[in-house]
Amino acid sequence: MGSLVALAAVILLSIGFGSNRLSLGEVLHALFAYDGSYNDVVVRDDRLPRTVLGVLVGMALALAGSLMQAITRNPVAEPGLLGINHGAAVAIVLGSTLFSVTSPGEYVWFAFAGALAGTALVSVIGGTRGATSPLRLVLAGVAIQAVFVGINQGMQMVNTHNLQAMRFWLVGSLVNRSLDQLSVLLPFFVAGVVIAIVLARALNALALGEDTACGLGANPALVRVAGMVAVGLLSASATAACGPIAFVGLMIPHVVRTLIGQDERWVMLISALLGPVLLLGCDVLGRLLGSPGEIQVGVMTDVVGGIAFVIVARRLKAVRR
Amino acid sequence: MTALVRRESGLDRRSVLVVAALALVTLTLVVLSVGTGDYEMSPGEVLATLAGQGTKAQYLVVMGRLPRVLVAILVGAALALAGAVFQTITRNPLGSPDIIGFTTGSATGGIVTLLLIGSGPGLVSLGALAGGLLTALVVMTLCAPHGLLSSRLVLLGIAISAVLVGVNSYLLVKANLEAASQAVGWLVGDLSGRDWSFFVPLAVAVAVLAPVVFVNGRALRMLEMGDDTATGIGVDVHRVRLTLVLVAVALVAAATAATGPLPFIALAAPQLARRMTRLPGPNLLASAFVGATLVVAADYLGQRLLESSLLPAGVVAAALGGAYLLWLLLRRRA
Repeated sequence: MGSLVALAAVILLSIGFGSNRLSLGEVLHALFAYDGSYNDVVVRDDRLPRTVLGVLVGMALALAGSLMQAITRNPVAEPGLLGINHGAAVAIVLGSTLFSVTSPGEYVWFAFAGALAGTALVSVIGGTRGATSPLRLVLAGVAIQAVFVGINQGMQMVNTHNLQAMRFWLVGSLVNRSLDQLSVLLPFFVAGVVIAIVLARALNALALGEDTACGLGANPALVRVAGMVAVGLLSASATAACGPIAFVGLMIPHVVRTLIGQDERWVMLISALLGPVLLLGCDVLGRLLGSPGEIQVGVMTDVVGGIAFVIVARRLKAVRR
Repeated sequence: MTALVRRESGLDRRSVLVVAALALVTLTLVVLSVGTGDYEMSPGEVLATLAGQGTKAQYLVVMGRLPRVLVAILVGAALALAGAVFQTITRNPLGSPDIIGFTTGSATGGIVTLLLIGSGPGLVSLGALAGGLLTALVVMTLCAPHGLLSSRLVLLGIAISAVLVGVNSYLLVKANLEAASQAVGWLVGDLSGRDWSFFVPLAVAVAVLAPVVFVNGRALRMLEMGDDTATGIGVDVHRVRLTLVLVAVALVAAATAATGPLPFIALAAPQLARRMTRLPGPNLLASAFVGATLVVAADYLGQRLLESSLLPAGVVAAALGGAYLLWLLLRRRA
């Protein structure tokens, strides 16, 4: 309940705040009594898409994070930190360099391929069977990310024109997306969410251990593969929409687990509600701190998330070597 | 045990062989890199020119290309030494400056200087030094309650590094295109256009810092046996550790200022040196040579890998180093 209120509040904030200040009345006017005035246009064509995008991406990232944490039984599993978002990003940069791909609708196919490649790599290297060591998984992510970032930077060096477009995209931002472009990503997002919902019960069984899960009628291998596909779908649609954004998938499920316990169904639901709260919160904060311009949401989540990760790392009881 | 015995007998034969072989490989790569490019020269001609027997044109070509290779050698050696120091002090093969964020910190310091104050090797070096030291300070303070030996250091370093990566990309977005492309060129880790003006400050820094590491080499080896043992033998544990950390951060910063952050050299070089010499401990000299060989090789490969490709050394190092780390992780599970 609290999370629903928080979500509603942050959506209002996201629509209400911006470079020109609007009163609550003006915002409501634009939403429910649209008459084409300048303020109405700002709200409808700029802030509304941005907010919708923030909600979807926040949900996708938080869901992907909670899925990964459940599958790997590892508190630091996260699509951004583990190189999956960067896999999607590399594929998009490749697509834009080699095939002149420019819109999110075209991005998404590349992003999906890249995200799947990233997920597969992390799964193989991090060892997703059973509980994994946090350090090992993070290192796998660091290694994968280094390779991807190296490829990215190489392509930016070779092509300055590409740099101009890509440096804005690679930072992770919610600006300048239209709702039409987003609708192309929706099927990927929905598919990811559906798989996540279907898997929720099986993930609970898996948390009890391999044998118990089999006894309860779940197929652990199938659950893991399907879960990773869902992670790939969610990360790909999020990354194609607004660039690689890290830490949302790490922080939200982590916080949710300490608040409400380990039931994966609830963890996923509350995470999906709180992911947008964090993302839009960071976005609004970035607009406030950076005014008259703004600080991109990807930078804000990096800073906020990095600090949160420091706290998590300090609190982890058993960090194995 | 055999390793210890071999160490007692003074110079270890295998280590000498390894260092000699690495020196030979590096020299070959130097001759190859200097000899190839728009104006091709045979290895014989390069050597003759270096010995003062070449034509004037050949001399000019060699002098034009030589600083780049020399910078590569020094950067590799500096990063490897810093890596060896950190891995020994933290007693963790992953406790190397590139993993725990110091290299990213140097990079942040470097681009802040580059974008806000101005370019110029000296200025950027100072920025990189400040960034690296500040990051080291933050990471170590955060880690202090658990001690540097905890693998928390690695997780914390990765976290701080992630924050700095965000800051770096923000700085890039803020800059105009020209400054941004200059900064990206530097961020990726590149050796192109490195002339004597880059070599001189780097050489001075390495000449001052490297001896400090070697002088403290014995104490460093003692630290590896644990603080109590080291203290018992008469090592001033705190002083040695503080000195070496400062010197190692400065080495990373000097290297980063010269070429931008080259990933994984500090991580891989000491590990490879250890495997090659089959000796425990920091293996300082062998590490430095491995580092030099790696960077010269990465630069040469980047230039020659594809026909007329000019991949920056940093990209090659990232790809190879990432693959190496992955291999390390896969092996460790077995």
